[in-house]
Amino acid sequence: MTTSTVPYGNLTGPSRLRRLATAPIAGPLAALVLACAFFSLMTDQFLSGGNFSLIIQQVMVVGALAVGQTLIILTAGIDLSCGAVMAFGSIMIAKMAAEGTVPPLVAVALGLAVCAGFGLLNGLLVKLIPLPPFIVTLGMLNVAFALTHIYSNEQTVSDLPRALTFLGETFPLGDTDVTYGSLLALGLFGLFAYLLSSTSWGRHVYALGNSPEAARLNGIRTGRLTIGLYAIAGLVYGVAALLLISRTGVGDPQAGQTDNLDSITAVVLGGTSLFGGRGSVLGSLIGALIVGVFRNGLQLMGVASIYQTLITGVLVILAVTVDQISRKRIR
Amino acid sequence: MSTATTATPVIQARGLVKRYGHVTAIDGADFDLLPGEVLAVIGDNGAGKSSLIKALTGAVTPDEGEIRLNGEVIRFNGPQDARAHGIETVYQDLAVAASMDIASNMFLGRELLRPGPLGSVLRMVDKKRMREEAAAHMADLKIGLRSLTQPVETLSGGQRQAVAVARAVAWARSVVVMDEPTAALGVKESGQVLDLIRRVRDKGLPVILISHNMPHVFEIADRIHVHRMGRREALIKPSDYSMSEVVAIMTGALTVDGDGGGTVVADEAAAKAAGVRPN
Repeated sequence: MTTSTVPYGNLTGPSRLRRLATAPIAGPLAALVLACAFFSLMTDQFLSGGNFSLIIQQVMVVGALAVGQTLIILTAGIDLSCGAVMAFGSIMIAKMAAEGTVPPLVAVALGLAVCAGFGLLNGLLVKLIPLPPFIVTLGMLNVAFALTHIYSNEQTVSDLPRALTFLGETFPLGDTDVTYGSLLALGLFGLFAYLLSSTSWGRHVYALGNSPEAARLNGIRTGRLTIGLYAIAGLVYGVAALLLISRTGVGDPQAGQTDNLDSITAVVLGGTSLFGGRGSVLGSLIGALIVGVFRNGLQLMGVASIYQTLITGVLVILAVTVDQISRKRIR
Repeated sequence: MSTATTATPVIQARGLVKRYGHVTAIDGADFDLLPGEVLAVIGDNGAGKSSLIKALTGAVTPDEGEIRLNGEVIRFNGPQDARAHGIETVYQDLAVAASMDIASNMFLGRELLRPGPLGSVLRMVDKKRMREEAAAHMADLKIGLRSLTQPVETLSGGQRQAVAVARAVAWARSVVVMDEPTAALGVKESGQVLDLIRRVRDKGLPVILISHNMPHVFEIADRIHVHRMGRREALIKPSDYSMSEVVAIMTGALTVDGDGGGTVVADEAAAKAAGVRPN
């Protein structure tokens, strides 16, 4: 409360340009643009529609997981089970559809429901017992991983009906072929960007991540909200399972084993704070693209894949360092 | 203790009791808040102030006694129920979401939705209207802030307090309860918050002020509710007593005499130690 003579409540605040420059995704966005510029200079093949379409295909599965992961991390939680839940969902959908026990679309619906069920169980354990999200989802990671291998008998499921591989098919956009799956993944980002930024639900998520106590005192039902978030994240992992099937064309019980950590990498690179309450799914999309661009660009430059992993690791540590330092400056 | 009840009290409580096992947190407490007054609630640590306030704001359901809101007997079913009845609380930690902007904090949990299908179907919040109404509330209380799109974490302690007070005032229809609003503030900012409390009262909204700071209490309060050992020890006007007398009443060295206005020594040694005499 300053007794200044400045008019009350400047409604618009800083200019659009200034807000963009100080927005939390400004850093990640700049990193992405710089990386693209760097690889465009280093290799001829990088800057093409076809290569970008490929990058999106390569990151869409982890990207979709990152959407759910963002929801959890915004509440200061973490979800280690996302990749394993997705793998179980994909095996279940693939096997049911391939064996013809149920029509493919019913298999999809059941798979999505089971993934949401895993998420719901995570949420109930986190909120009602309550247990730390790290422990709950670590346990669920193992449960889902084991169930995947038990259910599949360690067998890859092939000969999938077209309903399951359709998302891997392409349509032309200019002279570039884009998969329907890429479109679905981008749609998922758009949907949750809208929900988080423009609905009261989204505001409640941020408030919960800032301070569960403040949210509760302001009448937000934090228990219901938290459990719902884990369930929705599970549903999103189900969508990631569909993308995974369409990308590989089979149901693979070995799939997604490091995707949990890759999704956390994308979220953190996108500027979402592990302490909750700040960040966005658009940031996570940028984070996933940063990883994708680095891997793709280094590949094109002929750098061995183990160095790609090395660089990704360095990037993550850099991103968390920036997060910590910027938080200290605010306080 | 004088109870000049010309106006219907906004909140009145009689014989409130709350026990936790063997501990009696509220022991037959009375409470009266008149329209348009700033009532300070003071008491030593452990006197049961916060239990009393919790009972009045719905956070605790008393075992015995009754609470009246504007003359009607009422039973609050949780803090949300008290809020629905127009009782707003400014908590000591302010209950704000640090990374969210001022307007968002003012409407936290009570967001305005866009008119038409954008709101009813797509659940889209009306950011523009929330900013405008937040600005109107801030202007109403003469709170000057550079921008309502600033995150609350970028504000000073006094500014955050002002945002929390403005939020409470915006939604309160009956009373605003403030828990130690100046405890974390410096001298200048405390003065600004006291001015703000006056402006709230001048709008006609009564304020319950819980405070440990005697100078602040004497500066702002119309009446002082002294709480001691789970019940109201005295309900006095600050003009009738000195600060050291009030502290002595709070600690049990003095008690207020039958007619109010005077005191009698309850504990000779304690009164002597405190340097107060009955007048």
